[in-house]
Amino acid sequence: MPFQLNINRKSVTVDVPDDTPLLWVLRDTLDLKGTKYGCGISECGACTVLVNGRSTRSCQVAVSEVQGNVMTIEGLAEPGKLHVVQQAWIDLDVAQCGYCQGGQILSAVALLTAHPQPTDAQIDTAMGGNLCRCATYNRIRQAIHKAAGSKAAEGDSHAHA
Amino acid sequence: MLTLERPSQYAEGLAQYDAEMQALIAELHAVPALVPIMGRRTFLKKAVFAGGGLALIFHLDTKAARAAETDTVDALEGHQESIVLNAFVRVAPNNVITIYSKGPEIGQGIKTAFGLIIAEELDADWNTVRVEQAPVNPKVYGSQSAGGSTSIPRGWDQLRQAGATARAMLVAAAAQQWNVPVTECNAADSIVTHKPSGRKLSYGEVAIAAASQPVPDVAGLPLKARADYKLLGKRFTGVDNRKIVTGQPLFGIDVQLPGMVYANYTKCPAIGGKVKSANLEAIKKLPGVVDAFILEGTGNPSEVMPGVAIIGKTTWAVFKAKGELKVEWDESTASKDSMTEAAAKAKELAANPPAPATNVGDVDAAFASAAKVVEASYDYAMVSHQQLEPENSTGWWHDGVIELWTPSQTADRGISQVAGLLKLPEDKVTIHQTRAGGGFGRRLSNDYLCEAAAIAMKVNGPVKLQWMREDDFAYDFFRAPGFHYLKGAIDKQGKLSAFQNHLVSFSTGNNRPVSGGNRSNNSFPADMAPNTRYAISLMPLQTPCGAMRAPTDNVQMFVAGSFLHELSVAAGRDHVEFLLEWFARPQATAAAPATGERGRRPEAGFNATRAAGVLKLAAEKAGWGKKLPAGSGMGIAFSFAYGGHVAEVVELSVDAKKHLTIHQVTAVADIGPIVNMSSAENQVQGGVIDGLSTVLGLEIGVEKGRIQQRNFDDYPILRMRSAPPVAAYFIQSDFRPTGLGEPCLPPLAPALGNAIFAATGERVRSMPFKRAGYTI
Repeated sequence: MPFQLNINRKSVTVDVPDDTPLLWVLRDTLDLKGTKYGCGISECGACTVLVNGRSTRSCQVAVSEVQGNVMTIEGLAEPGKLHVVQQAWIDLDVAQCGYCQGGQILSAVALLTAHPQPTDAQIDTAMGGNLCRCATYNRIRQAIHKAAGSKAAEGDSHAHA
Repeated sequence: MLTLERPSQYAEGLAQYDAEMQALIAELHAVPALVPIMGRRTFLKKAVFAGGGLALIFHLDTKAARAAETDTVDALEGHQESIVLNAFVRVAPNNVITIYSKGPEIGQGIKTAFGLIIAEELDADWNTVRVEQAPVNPKVYGSQSAGGSTSIPRGWDQLRQAGATARAMLVAAAAQQWNVPVTECNAADSIVTHKPSGRKLSYGEVAIAAASQPVPDVAGLPLKARADYKLLGKRFTGVDNRKIVTGQPLFGIDVQLPGMVYANYTKCPAIGGKVKSANLEAIKKLPGVVDAFILEGTGNPSEVMPGVAIIGKTTWAVFKAKGELKVEWDESTASKDSMTEAAAKAKELAANPPAPATNVGDVDAAFASAAKVVEASYDYAMVSHQQLEPENSTGWWHDGVIELWTPSQTADRGISQVAGLLKLPEDKVTIHQTRAGGGFGRRLSNDYLCEAAAIAMKVNGPVKLQWMREDDFAYDFFRAPGFHYLKGAIDKQGKLSAFQNHLVSFSTGNNRPVSGGNRSNNSFPADMAPNTRYAISLMPLQTPCGAMRAPTDNVQMFVAGSFLHELSVAAGRDHVEFLLEWFARPQATAAAPATGERGRRPEAGFNATRAAGVLKLAAEKAGWGKKLPAGSGMGIAFSFAYGGHVAEVVELSVDAKKHLTIHQVTAVADIGPIVNMSSAENQVQGGVIDGLSTVLGLEIGVEKGRIQQRNFDDYPILRMRSAPPVAAYFIQSDFRPTGLGEPCLPPLAPALGNAIFAATGERVRSMPFKRAGYTI
């Protein structure tokens, strides 16, 4: 059954059974491997994507239910330039095994869109759905604060330009 | 039905698995001796690629290695982007240096660390170094397993010599081109400089000439002193980080091959059961399903257990079909374990300890003359690894070769395992190492790799075996549970004078504790007191147990570190002062070189000065002894595990509902010199928070041989809001470096328990602490 999706600013048509979770459409049909399978029950957040900017568990969204624009970790960077959150993740060497980090980054992007200068409590809430088995939580928190600072710094430089 | 050579006999298979795992752990623990490993038994071979450039290959000088060498160079030439090597340096004419990392990257940062160690002695410009994964070929490279925090200590000499040798040849080539003595030349940042004239040549410019230089004798090559390091000890971001943050394929689960199909494998929920029948015909008719078949299995849980394979066009088709699968199981030989029954049985055994396995001094006399005697019982639950990437491997049977891609921690062992399983010569088994989404010891076993191999033999084209999370819960090699009955004596001077430990553990039936269920692997605290008695009772267990991050120490340090605090409290002494005196006891130092498999050389064993160093610094950094408000407390603990001396302090508050707020964890580690400070801090924070997660809330139940937990909704791995700030400090030294994956986990549990005692007066003696009502 054909479904038209908007993935990473591109329109694509996929022919899959209507109950196929978006996760497996991304991974198996579209060969976008950055979205990970972790639990299949919306507990771990490894499959996080942004749907219209909201942090969403792609293992729990059937392809027939997808409404709006989907952003995966592969679509986050602009051509030739990493997103400020991705750069913060590299600068602070957040990853250990790295398996959850695509999902962590997308949840952080959604958080920073809603709260450009998040408090620790807001970080706790927004990141609560993303497990990190290696326990990189200290660095994730630091990287979010750093990215928030970078955003502010960018805003300042634009203002003075 | 694909019948494998050995029929499925679970009891024998389990015993065989357990013996193999214990042998593997012992092998990993045997840190090589300090003699240069590229001496008599090894040699260096250089090769020039068709495209130009110098390659140096170091390997064992054996007939097999010589034969394999040609294949390896061919493989690197043919697949430059995907294949690699042990201690291998490649210098391209454009001055890009490729370093091949031989070990599995499971989140411990080894790919970056191996690159840095070689680059340091090579005097390479880190900005133009690429690190790639080496091909799996233990005949060429020796061990390519990751476990027991041994990657760094095992690789340290070899990797440094690899870098230094390549540097010497590059410098010699430049000197020859200039017709000047080598002694007038220097190298830094991938450039050779002729000091008197200031002339410069990049490594790339002399790479081809360097390949025709004689290979220098490594014994004559000086290695850098720690003070001269330019890279080691500084902070570096991981070499795969850019790919990780942009979602590029790296992991086993990301393998994609043309025409690939997908598989899942369903085994008996009671571990060890066999397939009687299954609705295969109905499954084959489901949409997207390509095939379904039964494998009889070998009965060894680290190979292939009996089960049903479903093959489909997508992962989802296979997972959905699994939901429709109906199997009639023969559970006559399956596990009938019950953890509730085991706990009751342990109490019965506690009343009748067997004859002691160890008896030093006169324990009874010491108890009789003691000023104080403390008795306590401790226990800990079974727990599961649950690395975030569910098990998977991809197999492809083609041209008489089984080719496999796997996130294993022991892909090197996989070659002989798969060859044995499929009755193929080892040269018909090719394994590619992928990055692993966590290991924690789970991937020391290669069951998913063997399953993928067996399934691939029955599939036309490549097939990716993908476990569901529920499969990862049902089929793990669990951290063994255990029960301790302790008794300690304090003499009239306030010193620990006698110690008695009756451990009730488990056995697969061979009268030996299961993997991870024995006394500590390490020398600490095997010699707790001048008068010490150990006894061990074993109960049968059919659930496979294995190595989990800091095996044995992850539980035994909880028991030892908590009970030592009970003793110092009973003696009315400050715990730091009590521990410092205890470190200095004569038997601690005397026993170190001889005890514990890893303490074969004194510099790798327990060292009282290093122990005191980390303990004092941890106390100082945490503000030990400062006044805390009511309901708050601080706990400290030390452990020596996997070569690392580590002390940790937990500062917390406890409310009336036993909810914990952890304000700070302070950790101090002495593992010798630090390779990558950023990665080292990551391992400390990870070990501490992983330890916290496990001690507070994680427990696996087993009833009727079935694992009771199915997914993360009933296995509460700690999340962001509960993760305390962890401050990491290191005491760097010239001791041989040891690993850091393991040693920071064990001290957390006793430090936490000791802090709860300080805050509340309640001693928690059972892990997880949620059993006593504590939450975070």
